[in-house]
Amino acid sequence: MTPDTFTRSQWYAIGRTGDFEGAKAKPVRLLSQDLTVNNTSGVLSVNDAEGHSLQTQVRYGHLWTTLSDNPRPLYDMPEFDEPDRRLVTAGGVGVRCSGLRCVENFLDMAHFPFVHTDILGVEDHSSVENYDVSMDAENDEIWATKCKFFQPLASAAATGGQMTEYKYRVPHPYSTILYKTCPIRQNVWDLVGLFIQPVEEDECIVHSFILVFDDENTDTGLLHFQQNIFLQDRMILENQVPRKLPLDPRWELPTRADASSIAYRRWLKANELQWGIALFDKVA
Amino acid sequence: MKLFDYVLSGNCYKIRLLLDFLEIAHEKQAVDFFPGLEHKSDAFLQINPLGQIPVLEDDGAYIRDAQAILVYLASRYDSSNTWWPVNDPAELGRVAQWLAFADSITSTASAARLHDVLGYDLDVEQARAGAHRLFRILDDHLANQELQGFDWIAGPNATIADIACFPYTALAGDGGIDLFYYPAIQRWIRRFVNLPHFKLMPGINIFS
Repeated sequence: MTPDTFTRSQWYAIGRTGDFEGAKAKPVRLLSQDLTVNNTSGVLSVNDAEGHSLQTQVRYGHLWTTLSDNPRPLYDMPEFDEPDRRLVTAGGVGVRCSGLRCVENFLDMAHFPFVHTDILGVEDHSSVENYDVSMDAENDEIWATKCKFFQPLASAAATGGQMTEYKYRVPHPYSTILYKTCPIRQNVWDLVGLFIQPVEEDECIVHSFILVFDDENTDTGLLHFQQNIFLQDRMILENQVPRKLPLDPRWELPTRADASSIAYRRWLKANELQWGIALFDKVA
Repeated sequence: MKLFDYVLSGNCYKIRLLLDFLEIAHEKQAVDFFPGLEHKSDAFLQINPLGQIPVLEDDGAYIRDAQAILVYLASRYDSSNTWWPVNDPAELGRVAQWLAFADSITSTASAARLHDVLGYDLDVEQARAGAHRLFRILDDHLANQELQGFDWIAGPNATIADIACFPYTALAGDGGIDLFYYPAIQRWIRRFVNLPHFKLMPGINIFS
């Protein structure tokens, strides 16, 4: 299947800027297409297989490109300009499933006690309290707010269990950002996010970042925390069937705790996204 | 004592396991193996010219190579002499034999995992085929051990041979290698995760 218009119109992160050092052209794959990244004296450019030059931009620590001539603008994260924040980019991790499934798993708090046991959740506190989900019509984004969850070790800077407050944002079909209570500063949010590079309909590379206030941990300590969490998710993601995201309601039955996932699926449908979606009649 | 550690490394996991099993106090220094390739940096090459992790620092000396560190720790800190059974030459020989086998698992199953998870550029089909050949041998061996009443690779006790073979076998699924066809390996993994002080690493599926 060729990517639908909504999928094609997005910007995609294809690596950290530091991944393209050296003059040797580097192959990358995006939306079932082979692309090449060239580094000419520090200036990065991207070509498709026919040699056409694609638009690029460097933002949020990553190189972004698009297959579209008229892409939807890349969403804003003003927190990246705030002083004192620490940015750690965790590198690309390959996952054998649709990137849409990775977004949905990221939005799901119910898995914390069972997948991230004793870090992001404990089995004694497994209930998901009600939260609000709304559409930001101006920017065409999904926000889930007032999410609360008991976490024994919410981040590398946490020293004990806390009721963590979350906001989730989905500004892009293959990106999602978590805003969570900062354990060491009042009234600010720490950010954790995924920039997903869809390689095939059922295969992706997940580039993740954390943007936090933290005076204690080294960058490498933060990196290890983040990678450990994501590898726990990866195993779960690779065991989901089917590997593409099912949108047909006959396939999976959501519950109240899945309100953000329901909104995400509705939003994908409303934008007529088809690439990466499992068709009910074809597989079953 | 300090372990130069990477959280996703199965070879570092071997050392973390034995340190926990023997309840040895230690600190860890996090190494940015991926994406930073810190183990190839000039500073790290001073510690290990091979540019590999893990490295253990103890009493001012550096020891490299996961299997060598296991031998060192067990010889020095295991007063029961079961993990590295120096009092039984025949068993000791078997342990050493399977330590070498563990290195072959690293060069196949771990390579497939590096390809699939971290995007390393290598021949993944060849790596997976090599891993399957080794897992068939390990599965047959563990089944034979069970027939003789032994739960572990070298005999009645868990040894550092079990620790050395465990991580990249149990993590094989990360590299697209299905352990479904190796029932004796699956039973051995279940026994292993029930050892006292065992800690799970992400990628190990204890429900399969």
